[in-house]
Amino acid sequence: MKKLTPPISNETVQSLRVGDKVLLSGTIYTARDQAHMRLVNEENPSFDLNGAVIYYVGPTPARDGEVIGACGPTSSYRMDSLAVPLMERGVKMMIGKGNRGKDFRESMQKNNAVYMIATGGAGALLASKIKKRELLMYEDLGPEAIYKLDVENFPCFVAYDVHGNSLFKGDDNA
Amino acid sequence: MREITFEAVKNAVKTNLIKINYNLDDSFVKRLEDARDRESQSVSKSILDDIIENQKIARRGIIPLCQDTGIVVAFVEMGRNIFFDGDIGAAINAGVSAAYEEGYLRKSVVKHPFNRENTKDNTPAVIHTKLTKGEEIKIKLAAKGAGSENMSKVVMLKPSDGIEGVKQLVKDTIFKAGGRPCPPIIVGIGIGGNLEKSALLSKEALLRDLDDQSSDPTIRDLENTLYDEINALGVGAMGVGGDITCMGVKINYYPMHIASLPVAINIQCHANRHDEVIL
Repeated sequence: MKKLTPPISNETVQSLRVGDKVLLSGTIYTARDQAHMRLVNEENPSFDLNGAVIYYVGPTPARDGEVIGACGPTSSYRMDSLAVPLMERGVKMMIGKGNRGKDFRESMQKNNAVYMIATGGAGALLASKIKKRELLMYEDLGPEAIYKLDVENFPCFVAYDVHGNSLFKGDDNA
Repeated sequence: MREITFEAVKNAVKTNLIKINYNLDDSFVKRLEDARDRESQSVSKSILDDIIENQKIARRGIIPLCQDTGIVVAFVEMGRNIFFDGDIGAAINAGVSAAYEEGYLRKSVVKHPFNRENTKDNTPAVIHTKLTKGEEIKIKLAAKGAGSENMSKVVMLKPSDGIEGVKQLVKDTIFKAGGRPCPPIIVGIGIGGNLEKSALLSKEALLRDLDDQSSDPTIRDLENTLYDEINALGVGAMGVGGDITCMGVKINYYPMHIASLPVAINIQCHANRHDEVIL
């Protein structure tokens, strides 16, 4: 079990290995399909991409008094090509679910980044790890807007490490 | 002739959809616990632990099981001897709209393939209606997430591909899907009819009870063999490698053209949310 706090350094990326369980505490940013399509063309995003952790998620609405609704990961492969320019601009860690394509994995190794998975479908469990939520960009996208999340011991596993290893058994690229 | 009102249908649909988004079926939870106990790989086992813990938290009724609360699918059987003054589709959609608002569920339906504008109340549902005997309205409801739906497919095999061709297609589809459809999965397979009939059969197969076995011995054997062979692929929970990839395989079939062997594979994630209401 490794405890990490973003921003994520190159040294941290190098130290992570496939199957490592990581507990993240600190700031991560949400973005999924539509937010990625906009973010890649954004010259001055309202958060620092360098060392950033991006979480692929579109939560359910929060009830009054709750920080967030269910917020498990969405399938990552849809963000493969859009993740490349973000890694080139310094994003170091992406959290989602499921396998990703060859081009993504090559870019990940080239740009010294790491791909994590959280438990898909565990939306209520993962919500309990989120302590604060703040809207940052693209309010009109509703659940797809970019939020800054303060997390505490958010559990995830290293799925692709920077050394070229994969946690997955079934895979398009296997 | 019994009268069933618009409000009765709307309320039954609403109540049921909220229930399934917060409460995983008890017998399915038991199966997940058995699966966790049988799993030999540590990461996969830990994920199954999370899935079981997650449904306990969701059951408190504050946060749904999964953020993808799905597009609603409804199979409706209207008894001939009921009187329903109105549009059954409109009543179901009114129930969907109320459930997704009052139940704090995510509105995941967009109007148009390209402008992607959200309908803001998760309607319309995908509704299939059929007229039957009797004095009841029976509605099978599912909240179907996109992660598993996106890994589903229809393939028009050749009759000569036979049973081996079907098995290979199913196994290839599930192996390539890996962790994307959120395993452990349930696999619904529709064989026969034509293009659209096979797809409908596969969806109906997913709504069968997991204890239900096909009455056709060949189909029943195929369900059992595929269950073993899919688990032997080793995909594991969320694709991380493990003994438990699928929780059930159900196959529905229908007569078909002499030249055709349509096969539809519909995948259901472990957030297996469906139920039946009878009015």
